[in-house]
Amino acid sequence: MKLRATIAAAFLLGLCLCADAQQLPAHNALEPAGVQAAEIHQLWRLTLLICSAVFAAVLAAFLYAIWRAPHSAQQAPADVSSLAHPEPRLQRRITLAVLAAAALLLVLVLADFLTARRLAHLPLKDAVQIEVTGHMWWWGARYLDDDPSKLFDTANEVHVPVGRPVILQLSSADVIHSFWAPSLHGKKDLIPGRTALLQFRVDKPGLYRGQCAEFCGFEHALMAFTVIADAPAQYEAWLAAQRAPAPAPVSAQQQHGQAVFMRSTCAMCHAISGTDAGARLGPDLTHLASRSTLASGALPNNRQQLAAWILDPQRFKKGANMPATPLSSADLDALLSYLETLK
Amino acid sequence: MSSPRFRQTPAADIDVSLLPTYVYGAGSMMWWGTMGLMLIEGTVFALAIVMYFYLRSHSLTWPVNRAPELLWGGINTAILLVSLVPNWLTKRAAEREDLPAVRRWLAVCLLCAALFLTARVFEFGALHTRWDSNAYGSIVWMLLALHTTHLVTDTIDTAVLLVLMITGPLEGKRFVDVSENAMYWYFVVGSWLPIYAVIYWGARL
Amino acid sequence: MTPAAAIPQSNPVLDRSWSDPPGIIGWLSATNHKTVAMRFMLTTFGFFVAGGLLALIIRLQLARPDSKLVGPDFYNQLFTMHGTTMMFLFAVPVMQAVAIYLVPLMIGARGIAFPRMNAFAYWIFLMGGLMLYTAFILDIGPDAGWFSYPPLAGPEYSPGKRVDFWAQLITFTELSGLLEAVILITTIFKLRAPGMTLNRVPLYVWTMLVTSFMVIFAMPSVMLASTALITDRLVGTHFYNPAEGGDVVLWQHLFWFFGHPEVYMIFIPPLCFMSSIIATFSRRPIYGYPVMVLAIIATAFLAFSLWVHHMFATNVPELGKSFFTAASAMIAIPTAAQMFCWIATLATGKLNFRTPMLFALSFFVILLIGGLSGIMLASVSLDLQVHDSFFVVAHLHYVLLGGAVFPLFGAFYYWFPKFTGRLMNETLGRWNFWLMFAGFNIAFFPMHIAGLQGMPRRVYTYPAEMGWGMLNLISSIGAAILAIGILLFIVNVLRSRRSGTPAGADPWAAGTLEWAAASPPAPGNFSIPPVVASRYPLWSEGGVAGSVKGLVDHRREVLVTSVLDAIPNHRATLPESSIWPFISALAVTVLFVASIFTPWAVVWGAVLVTPPLVAWFWPKKAATQRNLQREVKP
Repeated sequence: MKLRATIAAAFLLGLCLCADAQQLPAHNALEPAGVQAAEIHQLWRLTLLICSAVFAAVLAAFLYAIWRAPHSAQQAPADVSSLAHPEPRLQRRITLAVLAAAALLLVLVLADFLTARRLAHLPLKDAVQIEVTGHMWWWGARYLDDDPSKLFDTANEVHVPVGRPVILQLSSADVIHSFWAPSLHGKKDLIPGRTALLQFRVDKPGLYRGQCAEFCGFEHALMAFTVIADAPAQYEAWLAAQRAPAPAPVSAQQQHGQAVFMRSTCAMCHAISGTDAGARLGPDLTHLASRSTLASGALPNNRQQLAAWILDPQRFKKGANMPATPLSSADLDALLSYLETLK
Repeated sequence: MSSPRFRQTPAADIDVSLLPTYVYGAGSMMWWGTMGLMLIEGTVFALAIVMYFYLRSHSLTWPVNRAPELLWGGINTAILLVSLVPNWLTKRAAEREDLPAVRRWLAVCLLCAALFLTARVFEFGALHTRWDSNAYGSIVWMLLALHTTHLVTDTIDTAVLLVLMITGPLEGKRFVDVSENAMYWYFVVGSWLPIYAVIYWGARL
Repeated sequence: MTPAAAIPQSNPVLDRSWSDPPGIIGWLSATNHKTVAMRFMLTTFGFFVAGGLLALIIRLQLARPDSKLVGPDFYNQLFTMHGTTMMFLFAVPVMQAVAIYLVPLMIGARGIAFPRMNAFAYWIFLMGGLMLYTAFILDIGPDAGWFSYPPLAGPEYSPGKRVDFWAQLITFTELSGLLEAVILITTIFKLRAPGMTLNRVPLYVWTMLVTSFMVIFAMPSVMLASTALITDRLVGTHFYNPAEGGDVVLWQHLFWFFGHPEVYMIFIPPLCFMSSIIATFSRRPIYGYPVMVLAIIATAFLAFSLWVHHMFATNVPELGKSFFTAASAMIAIPTAAQMFCWIATLATGKLNFRTPMLFALSFFVILLIGGLSGIMLASVSLDLQVHDSFFVVAHLHYVLLGGAVFPLFGAFYYWFPKFTGRLMNETLGRWNFWLMFAGFNIAFFPMHIAGLQGMPRRVYTYPAEMGWGMLNLISSIGAAILAIGILLFIVNVLRSRRSGTPAGADPWAAGTLEWAAASPPAPGNFSIPPVVASRYPLWSEGGVAGSVKGLVDHRREVLVTSVLDAIPNHRATLPESSIWPFISALAVTVLFVASIFTPWAVVWGAVLVTPPLVAWFWPKKAATQRNLQREVKP
């Protein structure tokens, strides 16, 4: 019995050490990088402490009880004296134990209320407002501004300034999704017919990953996103670049590429601001080349992957709404050259 | 495998041979079965009514088209309430084991059933909405359809009992069945009242 | 001298009247509660194994990152079928099945109330399960998760009939469950042996009573929800369509109003497997009977006030969420009280560590962890991080396996001698237990960590760079070990049935009435029905105070007693075996399955269903004559 307990303890310890170190970008509730996630992590530590203590105490009482109690043969006569006589000692101990449990629960509930209050009271002055729309299986993001000419759309990758609050207005174009960047905050569901709000602030520059956390069909597993926290100057630079329409293609090959884009099925779903393509069924591609991944985090954004993706998205993301686009290699090369200009 | 685990005690034997072989009311298992069914169905109705108010709270205009006409709902409610009288008389006749009276009053109940089923058909029309127009249409049709299912089953039960009372084979227990059916009828009428209030008056509040 | 009612006696006349007829027709007409219960237990266990095999495929797929073993389509069906099977086709039905077998024996009755309805409930359950698995094998199985949220499960995003099969399965299983609940409540309230006041009813019977009430109030919610989903999909209603005034979150409210009590319906019966086993293997009554009873009732009530904690990530009002946090924390208190009562019992008893006891004791580790992770989930802020991640998967398996499956296996080892007359093998039992215990913890503990590290649930694969690979591999290895443990259980059952040590009526020298019947019990349970005067009739002096005389043996006669004090009230004759429950179940199945395809099936299906139901009810002339001869009016 004791040997088994030791082995179990060693195993549990090994497990905790075993969990691989995180690679960038950060995606771990236990390594908070945002203010909200840090609050939650505090609560987590308190809760873990209390729950572990309770676990240890109850387990100890239990093990003590079974270690100390005398053993018996199965046919030994049963002791029914307790049916007639109360057992005051046991009654007192159990009452105390239940009261202790209730008190600890009260502490946890209070801690939770206080944390929830602090989470809700994030100062929101000068917040960046982004409208995030969930689609099957990608994220649309529209940066809001009082000046309509400064609105722009992007997809799957959002930049936020370090030190300023961000308010996400979450809704869905189809089914329920859930926005979860564990290093930054808890999750919030994107529900069709409703707009939910998620407010967070990042205080350390870096890359933070998130993933859809509500089962949304086929490729729910491949619906990731990235939040990139920039220093304020870099953020302003990024904003300016994003607000600008796509540059006009310069070389002949790039112009040919744009023509391929317009006459193929591409323009039926994707928008590139500054051109005639204005459909909103798929992600906005105006600044495609500025993003580090494709297909909602499924593929790195480089020429070969982009080529393979365009020719047959179903290979990488079966069930995705984007059809295969057979193109001749000349057309494909031209298209890729054009897309590479969309920084 | 007897083992000498306890000494002999004075035996407290009970002789049950003179007990009745059936009873009316809460003593009978049939009563409990019917009660269980009523609890279940009552819960379904209560939840459906909650659904109505939930959907209403999410809606800017309610009803979305027009409120149901009151005429047929009123007529049917009246028929249902009136049917409680022959129902009560059936139950009393059953508990007296007065077979001719049971047959008579069951037949009257069945007549009421024909009337309220007919009126119910008109009620659906008087809702002035289709189940697939919008959520309001869906929930009022659902409420009415749920209740109608009970009207139908109650009618079939009553008809079967009437035939049995005429053809036999009969024994005392069958009067208990008639009595319990009457209790279920009370439930079907009683549960109609809140549903009526919600469908017809909930839209006017 | 032991009172006659405490010793099994042979009684051929009684046996004949309570036996079901032979042959194929007889097999389909069986209504003896033990026969039906045994079928039910075997069928639910079959579904358990099927669900477990699906889980093994899931673990195989998740063992490595970027695995191509199983594609998203099949994977989504796998986890949907796994959850649906375990929750609807195993967890609650098995508890009801065991209760249908044991409750009459524990209360000293010869049968259950409404035996034909009991048979019908089994057939409906079986046919629903067969419908679901037929759909799965034909590659039209449901794939929207076991709680099937619209709009994903609605007509626009789940075309075809997959989700309809899921929704209609609900109708089958909930109908079965509701009928069983009515049967159990009626049996427990009305058929107890004289002298078994509510204060003397075994704790196991209390749990089944409370669970049955929970079923009655909870299951209608999911039936209503799934019916509304079917009508949305089939005839264009708009309950869950926000574009036409419906609301997507309505589904979540209705489903979880059922769903949360559901998990307590799964958790509460095993609490009293625990009480039965711990009492017997500690050689003393459970400490604190009134506390135990109140705790069960409190848990049942509170279970209905927790459902929104499944919806913390939606935008329901924040203040409302806080209420549910408090309630979710509060429900831990009655469970804690029960745990402490058991520990007190263990501490003051004389212990015997046979296999049933090992399974019962594992509760104190596994359920304890599961309950504590539940406290963590009760907090809105913490839940927002770990909701819909593998942390929840870990939690739910810890409470469901630790709270239900492990005690259930203990119950099987404990009552197997009663069901079959033979003991299960102790050595195999220990291997079974330790493999299951180790395998379970190795499989599910790492999932807590994976969830905290950001792994969402219901993903068919994950990228290698996330670093979740090692944790998942360990989980998959644990799952394999757990599976081997369960395999050993099956081996043990099969071997012991044929060549286990004969057990006799009471191999554990236990205290409750079922151990006074033979092993396996005679068709009529008790040749001489007992009169009781104690909570543990076989332990107390004078616990079996006497016998009931005057019940005939040549008919299926039972004694009906009063609700509170079990005072004899009247004698009822239970009906003969009948094939109509089976035929009615077939007709109802046709109605249910056809109404997935066309709404008119409700109409002509009703026409189809009515004749067998009438035939079921219609009394037989010969039986009526026999009853009339012995009739005593009230």
